[in-house]
Amino acid sequence: MIELPLPSLGPDMTSGKLLEWRIAPGQKIRKGDVIAVVDTEKAAIDVESWHDGEVIELLAEPGAEIAVGMPIVRLADHGETPVAARPAATSATPPEPARRAPPVEAPASKAANLGETGGATTFARASPAARRRAQALDIDLAQLRGSGPGGAIQLQDVERAAAPKSGAAKAVTSDRADRHEGMRRSIALAMARSKREIPHYYLWDEIDVTTAMQWLQSSNEKRPVTSRLLPAALLLAAVARAAAEFPDMNGSWEHDAFQPSSAVHLGVAIALRGGGLIAPALRDAHKLGLDELMRNLSDLVRRARAGGLRSSEISGQTLTVTNLGDEGSAGLLGVIYPPQVALVGIGRIGPRPAVEAGALVARERVTISLAADHRVSDGRRGAQFLARIASRLQQPESL
Amino acid sequence: MTQTKPELLKTIVDALATIAPEVSDFDLDPDVPLREQIELDSMDHLHFLVALHQRLGVDIPESEYAGMRRLTDLVEYIAARSQANNPS
Repeated sequence: MIELPLPSLGPDMTSGKLLEWRIAPGQKIRKGDVIAVVDTEKAAIDVESWHDGEVIELLAEPGAEIAVGMPIVRLADHGETPVAARPAATSATPPEPARRAPPVEAPASKAANLGETGGATTFARASPAARRRAQALDIDLAQLRGSGPGGAIQLQDVERAAAPKSGAAKAVTSDRADRHEGMRRSIALAMARSKREIPHYYLWDEIDVTTAMQWLQSSNEKRPVTSRLLPAALLLAAVARAAAEFPDMNGSWEHDAFQPSSAVHLGVAIALRGGGLIAPALRDAHKLGLDELMRNLSDLVRRARAGGLRSSEISGQTLTVTNLGDEGSAGLLGVIYPPQVALVGIGRIGPRPAVEAGALVARERVTISLAADHRVSDGRRGAQFLARIASRLQQPESL
Repeated sequence: MTQTKPELLKTIVDALATIAPEVSDFDLDPDVPLREQIELDSMDHLHFLVALHQRLGVDIPESEYAGMRRLTDLVEYIAARSQANNPS
């Protein structure tokens, strides 16, 4: 038998609130399947299983605040005969209370209800705010029609459904304020820890991207709108390829030592509507071709804003990129997300004066910065990393 | 069936609301650039154009983006394309 604990969904996460189960007793699941939706201070996250098996018992009720590391599901491994969930009150050997996720009320009856669906229940896609609001108002998301991306249920859809209920508007305001406060608290914890523990050094370069932008324009002329590329795809691809060659920029600082990563799971800072940001991972970014990277990035941004980020995307980032976009500032000096050891900051691309063969010309340029951890690397190495990103961008067709 | 310009405007705003749900909370001024009224980054903009493509079958080339800053610009562009495709 395997017990799946609640994973940490961020470096400072100590607990999360179970919003809903996506599995039921008796259901066979595979590694990577979403088992539950758990609310953190930043967002509602789809928690994935990291084992194959058959669900024996759900160990917590929706609404429960669960400590990181606390078992939430019992699975029978392959080849193991599943033992049916035991009603807690009649069990001969009741589970040790300290190992159960509190508070657990009437788990047997709830589990039985879920079990009756045979695991074939369809689950509604909803934004984090909508999910929290629906739970607060006891509204079944499956009964709502979503107006968001891909039919995702938005806060406004829940508000509309809740309109006849008295006090709904006031509670929505309170829920938004809670989410905003949680987001600020989470960012403050991570950034204060970073500034306290990580000896940052900073470098930056203004990089010519004229060739890359011309290539992108020419490529997009041949593409339908559904498969167009954004400059961000080129920039992230260049950073990911360079990071794969510079292991001292890609990994984490844990237990007083640097742990390099062979894979590049690029954290992408995404601004959320209404404030705050989240930096989920574009996993294995160094292996993705431009089209696949663009598709994955588009999907990641959509889910970060509409709901549906997965636990594997919200942890395990090895290097983060903050890209300010076409309406952002010219450049930035970033704060490293602990326990990572570097952050790449990309400013606004635009025409800037440059000297070419002794003449002043206008070129498309961008300021790319590096904030890196002095415990792991030095400025010379950082400069080489930035130079490698720049050289990658001069050959966009090979990205 | 060809939509009138007011119908087109509504279809466009509905498509925009799937990307930026807050547009349902206030009236957008069709003559003011969209990005001066709501937060719309380049990914949102691309998702918006994909939503228009799905609803109206229109594929706005990247070279036309600069002239499509207001809702009015989009309505005029799509109406003209629609007229060209259905001259009767």
